Amino acid sequence: MEICTKHFGNIKVDQDLVIYFGKGIPGFEQAKKFIILGNEEDLPFRWLQSVDLPELAFVLVDPFLVKGDYQIDINDEIMGTLGIESAEDLNVFAIVVVPEDTSKMSMNLKAPVIINTKNNRGMQVALDTEEYGVRHYILDELRKQEVEAYVGSNKEDRPVNHCK
Amino acid sequence: MLVLTRKIGQSIIANDNIEITVLDVQGDQVRLGIKAPRSVAIHRKEVQLEIEAENRRAAKVERVNLKNIIKKG
Repeated sequence: MEICTKHFGNIKVDQDLVIYFGKGIPGFEQAKKFIILGNEEDLPFRWLQSVDLPELAFVLVDPFLVKGDYQIDINDEIMGTLGIESAEDLNVFAIVVVPEDTSKMSMNLKAPVIINTKNNRGMQVALDTEEYGVRHYILDELRKQEVEAYVGSNKEDRPVNHCK
Repeated sequence: MLVLTRKIGQSIIANDNIEITVLDVQGDQVRLGIKAPRSVAIHRKEVQLEIEAENRRAAKVERVNLKNIIKKG
């Protein structure tokens, strides 16, 4: 099957790579089949490309790379719906908004995209926490992470005097 | 829509296992207590709408070069 995508032109869709979103993506409930596209140089970004609506695509990012302390808690019902047996089968992505000013690009940590890589089933899940919002500015989060890493490394670098 | 009138401390039961209790009413604010199995997702409607709206923003992405947006170091 071949589709004409907005970002990648004509691409052949390998049926084995199609991820099935039973509920679609909120706001685009009719889009149920997606594939993940991207090349090495775009990392850590990837594209979630709709197969049903070729003009529809989202930019994804690995949220743990941008926010090291990001934590998600997925309830049993969702684990069951996606048939997740082990955390190792899970792929987690955050949907990214890329505005004209790319320095303001943000990611949605409130509702990550969860994919079971074993059976290619996916879902966007609204987390049961007030901790995360739908708009975390990626460059701000990276800067924070850098500052924390710097403070952390300072502590470690400090020589400890064991002698009294 | 089913409309029920409840007083403070009174509940409604849905589906035998979901209980929604009116805890307090102050002016135009109502505090609700919800007892439901963990498997039942409960969100303020704004959250759902917010996620949909953010997805629509995300879908507007034009052809962009994702390379070098995040520069290391």
